[in-house]
Amino acid sequence: MTMVNLTLNGKQVSADVPDNTLLVTFIRETMGLTGTHVGCDTSQCGACVVHVDGESLKSCTMLAAGAEGASVTTIEGIADGDSLHPMQQAFHENHGLQCGFCTPGMVMSAIELVQDNPNPSETEIREGLEGNICRCTGYHNIVKSVQAGAKMMGG
Amino acid sequence: MHHTTYMKAGNTDDAVARMADGGQLLAGGMTLIPTMKQRLANPETLVDLAGCGLAGIEDQGDSIRIGAMTRHADVAGSDLVRGAIPALAALAGGIGDRQVRNRGTIGGSVANNDPSACYPAAVLGLGGTVHTDRRDIAADDFFTGMFETALDEDEMITAVSFPKTGKAAYVKFPNPASRYAMVGVFVASAVDGTRVAVTGAGSDGVFRHAGMEAALDAGFSAGSLDGITVDADEMISDIHASGDYRAHLVREIAKRAVAAC
Ligand SMILES: Cc1cc2nc3c(=O)[nH]c(=O)nc-3n(C[C@H](O)[C@H](O)[C@H](O)COP(=O)(O)OP(=O)(O)OC[C@H]3O[C@@H](n4cnc5c(N)ncnc54)[C@H](O)[C@@H]3O)c2cc1C
Ligand code: FES
Ligand code: FES
Repeated sequence: MTMVNLTLNGKQVSADVPDNTLLVTFIRETMGLTGTHVGCDTSQCGACVVHVDGESLKSCTMLAAGAEGASVTTIEGIADGDSLHPMQQAFHENHGLQCGFCTPGMVMSAIELVQDNPNPSETEIREGLEGNICRCTGYHNIVKSVQAGAKMMGG
Repeated sequence: MHHTTYMKAGNTDDAVARMADGGQLLAGGMTLIPTMKQRLANPETLVDLAGCGLAGIEDQGDSIRIGAMTRHADVAGSDLVRGAIPALAALAGGIGDRQVRNRGTIGGSVANNDPSACYPAAVLGLGGTVHTDRRDIAADDFFTGMFETALDEDEMITAVSFPKTGKAAYVKFPNPASRYAMVGVFVASAVDGTRVAVTGAGSDGVFRHAGMEAALDAGFSAGSLDGITVDADEMISDIHASGDYRAHLVREIAKRAVAAC
């Protein structure tokens, strides 16, 4: 067992977990935040993307113990009270989701993308979201959402 | 995933000592953790290198030295690498996806020597050197077969260095699902002549193509490769592409790489 201490959506949390606990398991099962999804076991789908110290990562491919002392942000941590994060709002307004399974990862990846590149082109958005797979939308409205989200975030 | 014991190494000596006790090194985990999840690897002890201070990129005059724990995203974004060996920065920026590049490291990639990985093509194509806790290994001696390297059982990569050259290019034909190379060719003008390294295709892993190198030394243009044949029997043949298809792709992708130099 390993004692893991980290900041999760701004709150200090700790738990004693088996050493092989993945960060996504820690988030979903130990901390009960099920917004972060698991869509594959090959590290390819991106449904599990969270931010660790401000960078997007696949939480299914990192051990919780490796996030010791880090600041982790999940989809539950980005809204400001009742008002959605601009990127969430943009997905909502542009029909950027159908079943919604990929959406938490898409939104977390899209936020990092826009933080790095406030005014991304369609190609840059498609390339920037290579690590996120969606089985429903055909990506068209996701690209539109990210463009709208980028504007709302101030790009 | 089977049970494992996690520990952090404080420095290189500590990591090597723990490896000698049977521990397996954990770098970015972008290969090792998926393999553990599929129960294809079941290390009893994982030795995390994150705290070993092995990340960083240094200008060494004629060459660039990249610490083993330097992530693909940091190589792709480095002004030093982009200026001195743009092809290397572009290669790192084309590995997997953003989230893979935010974790995966050069040391892990080179140690793993996946037959479809990108970095081995750069190390071999540029004629780089792999530095370990005990010696320096020239690229030509390092990659010894599919997933095989010259590393001893308890030997650890500490850095990889690359001679500077502006005349180099890497072109990858990615597998659309995994983004690994179905064929990738790194062409570089090195001090000892042109080097052509091919990844993704060879059934023994990354290799140099002597015929292409000689043709390019005689005349450096994509057209020089027109008459070259690549042996389909030495190619990987799998669900993604037959050996014949890969052999054909190797020459075509090499021509694109030459044109991009
Ligand atoms: C979805 C996806 C797409 C990918 N696409 C590509 C791609 O297009 N091109 C590509 O090249 N790669 C690709 N990769 C692989 C990626 O680049 C990995 O990061 C890399 O192969 C392994 O590096 P790592 O730091 O993650 O190593 P780890 O997974 O931590 O370790 C890999 C192996 O190397 C050993 N090791 C690690 N560090 C050292 C060291 N310093 N010395 C000795 N041994 C060491 C470990 O014990 C382990 O056996 C992809 C991976 C994923 C998940
Ligand atoms: S669950 Fe698919 S990449 Fe993490
Ligand atoms: S909305 Fe269903 S997977 Fe993307």
